[in-house]
Amino acid sequence: MSIVIVGAGQAGLQIAESLRRGGYEGRVLLLGDESFAPYQRPPLSKKYLADDMADERLQFRPVEQLTKQNIEFRPLTTVTAIDRAAGEVVLASGERVAYEGLALTTGTRVRPLPVPGAEHPAVCYLRGLDDAKRLRSQLASAARVLVIGGGFIGLEVAATARHAGKTVTVVETLDRLMARAVAPVVSEYFAELHRGHGVELRFKVALTAIAGNPDGSLTATLSDGSTVDADLLVAGIGVLPNQELAAAAGLECANGIVVDEFARTSDPRIVAAGDCTWHINRRFAAPLRLESVQNAVDQGKIAAQSLLGNAVPYQDLPWFWSDQYDVKLQMVGLSQAHDSLVVRGAPESAAFSVFYFKAGELLGVDSINRPAEHMLARKLMSLGISPSPDAVADTGFDLKTLLPAP
Amino acid sequence: MPKVTFVQFSGSSRTIDVPTGWTLMEAAVQNGVDGITAECGGGCACATCHVLVPAEWADKVPAIRPSENDLLECTAVPRTPQSRLSCQIQVSDALDGLTVNLPERQS
Repeated sequence: MSIVIVGAGQAGLQIAESLRRGGYEGRVLLLGDESFAPYQRPPLSKKYLADDMADERLQFRPVEQLTKQNIEFRPLTTVTAIDRAAGEVVLASGERVAYEGLALTTGTRVRPLPVPGAEHPAVCYLRGLDDAKRLRSQLASAARVLVIGGGFIGLEVAATARHAGKTVTVVETLDRLMARAVAPVVSEYFAELHRGHGVELRFKVALTAIAGNPDGSLTATLSDGSTVDADLLVAGIGVLPNQELAAAAGLECANGIVVDEFARTSDPRIVAAGDCTWHINRRFAAPLRLESVQNAVDQGKIAAQSLLGNAVPYQDLPWFWSDQYDVKLQMVGLSQAHDSLVVRGAPESAAFSVFYFKAGELLGVDSINRPAEHMLARKLMSLGISPSPDAVADTGFDLKTLLPAP
Repeated sequence: MPKVTFVQFSGSSRTIDVPTGWTLMEAAVQNGVDGITAECGGGCACATCHVLVPAEWADKVPAIRPSENDLLECTAVPRTPQSRLSCQIQVSDALDGLTVNLPERQS
């Protein structure tokens, strides 16, 4: 018998290896639609784009390491349908592969720019390694870079482009950076950081049209009527879950493939994990979709357990990170619902954390250049220990003393 | 190519050829060495690639930078004078023959 995994990203690889570690002895097929072996995506907007990283350093494992674990990895393999009645997936080649268990780790795709002229060849997106290769090569010959979207991807690309000496403009429709993820004090810190490096930030304007110029460059028109000339436009305006395959097979979908706290879809033989899932995490009342390494890895483990017949509930703490210039932003928990916050340390010192509370309970922490505090916050939160806002505000108080004795 | 040996807490060991310029963490992960989690992918941000470098190699490995020093306070198994994060150790010819020990756990 076989377990088939559709999607060879971080979640897919995690499921394959967790199945083997869990003692599964049947066939494990890991199907990827890209030409590459499973690779890490986070460096694509950072080190890889800055051109000091070879392709093979992105790979999680050489393919031989997968073979050694008896994981059959197939690149360039697209699944076109799931035949649930027959218990088979249908490949683009027409081949049918039988499964006893199926995992969907189909990830996301970029949201395309909804404006006229978006098909201009100087317009790039960043999601996969092919995108990164194209962006890296176009960045090398560009002098002026226009970034659409002041979120993590846009800002990481902006920082890399600026570091390479490009003229960089970032356009954001909201009034601050990373607005959906962080508090204004963090947005403001990063706005000053980017401005200090010479990036022009344009808030509360949207891209409305792109026109090509005879020299191969483009002119972007913004909603206030102004124009920006650029040799390269990079759009980072969000992603869409790849749920069409699941939906066509009759699996329940919302903003992602719907799974329960055990990563099971509405068909008990089919699990899903990673960016593509609209999932339940026991820590939170409402279902959610997360785009992160943490979710891919931790939910992947849960999905593998379900395929092995072990119902382990998903309750891992979410965490994220972003590198911009030499600044490391690390986040733990989900802070959007906070009603108060405490800044520990001084933003002027370029090393501080923001602790978010709701009704006095710690929801999450954003740390800027304080990796040790981030790790400590993760330890506290995973143990259910919530320091008081007063304790957090007192920089003389060592938060580590709240941990139980080892 | 420099050879580096990883010794598991259980005592089993593996010796790998590491391309110069790679980090110890990358070499371990790429070769499927158990016991190195490296959940942040090498960003000096998670303390899950903790290794112990024997004293006789201490002056051959790169010096500990402040960010690594801070994180070494957060390892799952408490740090010792030999503790390092393997993502911060770039392999050079001077490290040919290095043996590092892995802690009991990373998280």
